[in-house]
Amino acid sequence: MVAMSKIATGNGHGENSPYFDGWKAYETNPFHPTDRPDGVIQMGLAENQLCFNFIKKWVVKHPEASLCSAQGVNKFKETALFQDYHGMPEFRQSVAKFMGKVRGDRVKFDPDRIVMSGGATGAHEMVAFCLADPGEAFLVPTPYYPGFDRDLRWRTGVELVPVVCESSNDFKITTNALETAYEKAKEANLRVKGLLITNPSNPLGTILDRETLKGIIEFINEKNIHLIGDEIYAATVFMEPEFVSISEILEEVECNRDLIHIVYSLSKDMGFPGFRVGIVYSYNDAVVSCARKMSSFGLVSTQTQHLIASMLSDDDFVDNFIMESKERLFRRHKYFTWSLSQVGIGSLKSNAGLFIWMDLRKLLKEKTFEAEMDLWQVIINEVKLNVSPGSSFHCNEPGWFRVCFANMDDQTMEVALLRIRTFMLEHNKAMVPRKLCSRSSLKLSFSRRQDDFMSQSIMSPHSPLPQSPLVQART
Amino acid sequence: MGLLSRKVTCNSHGQDSSYFLGWQEFEKNPYDEVKNPKGIIQMGLAENQLSFDLLESWLAKNPEAASFKRDGQSIFKELALFQDYHGLPAFKKALVDFMAEIRGNKVTFDANNIVLTAGATSANETLMFCLAEKGDAFLLPTPYYPGFDRDLKWRTGAEIVPIVCTSSNGFKITEPALEEAYHEAQRKNLRVKGVLVTNPSNPLGTTMTRNELHLLINFITDKEIHLISDEIYSGTVFSSPAFVSIMEVLKDMKMENTQEWERVHVVYSLSKDLGLPGFRVGAIYSNDPIVVAAATKMSSFGLVSSQTQSLLSAMLSDKKFTKEYLSKHQKRLRNRRNKLVSGLEKAGISCLDSNAGLFCWVDMRHLLSSNTFEAEMELWKRIVYDIKLNISPGSSCHCTEPGWFRVCFANMSEDALKLAMQRLKSFVGSIAINDLSHQELKKTGRKNRTNWVFRLSFQSFHDREQDER
Repeated sequence: MVAMSKIATGNGHGENSPYFDGWKAYETNPFHPTDRPDGVIQMGLAENQLCFNFIKKWVVKHPEASLCSAQGVNKFKETALFQDYHGMPEFRQSVAKFMGKVRGDRVKFDPDRIVMSGGATGAHEMVAFCLADPGEAFLVPTPYYPGFDRDLRWRTGVELVPVVCESSNDFKITTNALETAYEKAKEANLRVKGLLITNPSNPLGTILDRETLKGIIEFINEKNIHLIGDEIYAATVFMEPEFVSISEILEEVECNRDLIHIVYSLSKDMGFPGFRVGIVYSYNDAVVSCARKMSSFGLVSTQTQHLIASMLSDDDFVDNFIMESKERLFRRHKYFTWSLSQVGIGSLKSNAGLFIWMDLRKLLKEKTFEAEMDLWQVIINEVKLNVSPGSSFHCNEPGWFRVCFANMDDQTMEVALLRIRTFMLEHNKAMVPRKLCSRSSLKLSFSRRQDDFMSQSIMSPHSPLPQSPLVQART
Repeated sequence: MGLLSRKVTCNSHGQDSSYFLGWQEFEKNPYDEVKNPKGIIQMGLAENQLSFDLLESWLAKNPEAASFKRDGQSIFKELALFQDYHGLPAFKKALVDFMAEIRGNKVTFDANNIVLTAGATSANETLMFCLAEKGDAFLLPTPYYPGFDRDLKWRTGAEIVPIVCTSSNGFKITEPALEEAYHEAQRKNLRVKGVLVTNPSNPLGTTMTRNELHLLINFITDKEIHLISDEIYSGTVFSSPAFVSIMEVLKDMKMENTQEWERVHVVYSLSKDLGLPGFRVGAIYSNDPIVVAAATKMSSFGLVSSQTQSLLSAMLSDKKFTKEYLSKHQKRLRNRRNKLVSGLEKAGISCLDSNAGLFCWVDMRHLLSSNTFEAEMELWKRIVYDIKLNISPGSSCHCTEPGWFRVCFANMSEDALKLAMQRLKSFVGSIAINDLSHQELKKTGRKNRTNWVFRLSFQSFHDREQDER
């Protein structure tokens, strides 16, 4: 009997990784405030759920944005028929404008360089198909998003070589690390075609500083390899320092623009993963042309192009949304990290993303990945939180976990924090029996709520929480 | 400049084919009833524009589907977040029910066996990634949809080997043709992984006979290979014989528990039947759970927008609507096809007898200056630049006989179709005059003939150009 392809029968889809095991645990017993209060709370999904009420208000006020409403139906036929892989002009223009605004209008994006794809997932695969042949390689700084193993390698036959970053310098990408990775690839007889960076970083939640970015540009120009900048979290930078995009650096240093490509999506910044809006923005004409042809395999539904074009053309909405989103992310991040610090849990200092890079190294029985897996099993099965172990992100050091904070409401966040506090208290009791760890102090920590947090902060007449410095800078 | 992949520099995307050049010409000078009545009429695009009024009236009657609401509650957030590659269960159920309805409910489909993809373009490529790799080949009956060269081969590395079908028997698939294709693949050192057929056929506009379907099943059983049936036009069958799906034949042959059952896969889409190519709704249906599992994971690279799944779930669940739509729509297709056929007849042009699709397979062999593909290209250029009709030459569909053209009829207004037929009639009339003088020249000797005819056609091309300026 004839076999299926090696691609179909192999493991390249990556779904046997532990990253997905936690999801499975969640799916069999998902938390619900009333129906399943003991269920697993999902903290492994980098979703942005903080701004839906804000967006919904706009949707209700603009029925014409829906093709099917009485106000929008006059556009139904022409939109339903439009399958041009260039994409609707108004869609490209509005996305280009949005990308510019997210970068404080410090750069302009050309709508004609915008190519659609099936989400950022489709975009990454498409870029890999354009830039590399089977057997060639991309360098990727660790820790990195587990999906890259599938997106960049599975059907393309391209290899990934890690650029190892260390906690000793906050996981910065050094030229040394880049050179080491490049040499390693050479030794393995792999031809390096490009470097993929995610900025802001998933899972770190940090942004690359100017110096690092300039160093990267220098490196890729010297080696004559491509640079793919995944800027999918660009609008989630909620605090200083300000985000610096590759597109900005290009204006400041000498660089062969044919090597530069940006991957973008509305899945994180706007919280629209279901709408499958992926973008490839390349400064290389041949890549734009080829990618556009390939985009036939994952075009954005014109129904969605129409909705997005309407939404993102509304300047007031966009300006307010960007500000509001940062504000809510800032508050959620601050409360979450503060609450964790109260029970002795630290995380990498971050100013972006929908997650924190939690430091649980001191909770490991020993400095091994087996111990990390053991701890992770405890977190899922006993604390009942789905978090993502650092090993699934190819982190070189055990004990780090990515924990998402923007995919739940305030009440669920409280339950999650309560469980963490309980666990830490139990753990501290077990580690070092002390008078402080008595029932009374347990009660005290239980009473700590958002109000306590707020009472410690500077009150402003309009909001109970300190304003994001980024927001202040604007006004 | 850094080097790019071989995929960028090769031609496997197929866009240098004549199929697309005609489109480019059309884009430079598109017909518009009011603004550009002398422009090129698009008859190369297999779009279904005949029944939007039915869709729009459904939308007007179902405002909730339009406004992200269900039972009065907003589902915007739910949809915006829904990225599960298993797809919206309600949509998959509605889709498989619709597929069954199109097949007269003689077969039923299991919603768990369907994989949603961004259009049939993505479905075909994904299936190929699952079933074949470099060094493998799929056999395809000619003539076939030019897009397959890109969809099946470009990024997958698989090859296509043609099953040559000819006008001698109405382009039906025969056993010798199948065997010859298989051996041709072996001669090329390619491992045959399966057969892919389009049923109803693009570009022929015909449905496969039961005999052909039996032939295919026997062939794939004997060779132990896959069969992909692209049934994207299944809802466009407008006259008898009724559509017979491969699934129906397998059922009739009581093959549900055989290995062959798991090697037959169906591709579908709403781009042709509902006329919604922009919404990118494609599907793979397979009885093999491993194919379903692999294809589902691959669909991550091209999922259907949740917003679109939600809308169409509501629309296709409305059985009263789907019944009425299919019946009215098929009637309109039949009428429109008849208008094209009679218009062609008036110009002395015949076409393959068809009962489906959005196009006719038109026989212009008698208009060729010689029985060659060069002559076909020459004729095609005259039709595009001179008569200003964009139609698709048979060579772009890999037809082995020159002189056949695919002409679409469902993507324009009735008036535009009428105008197109008038232009064609005058053109043929002018050739007839050439022909007459051509007959007289026969006596002056063969050598001079072709030059003279060529000169005449060349001259008339330039005369028209002058008029235009």
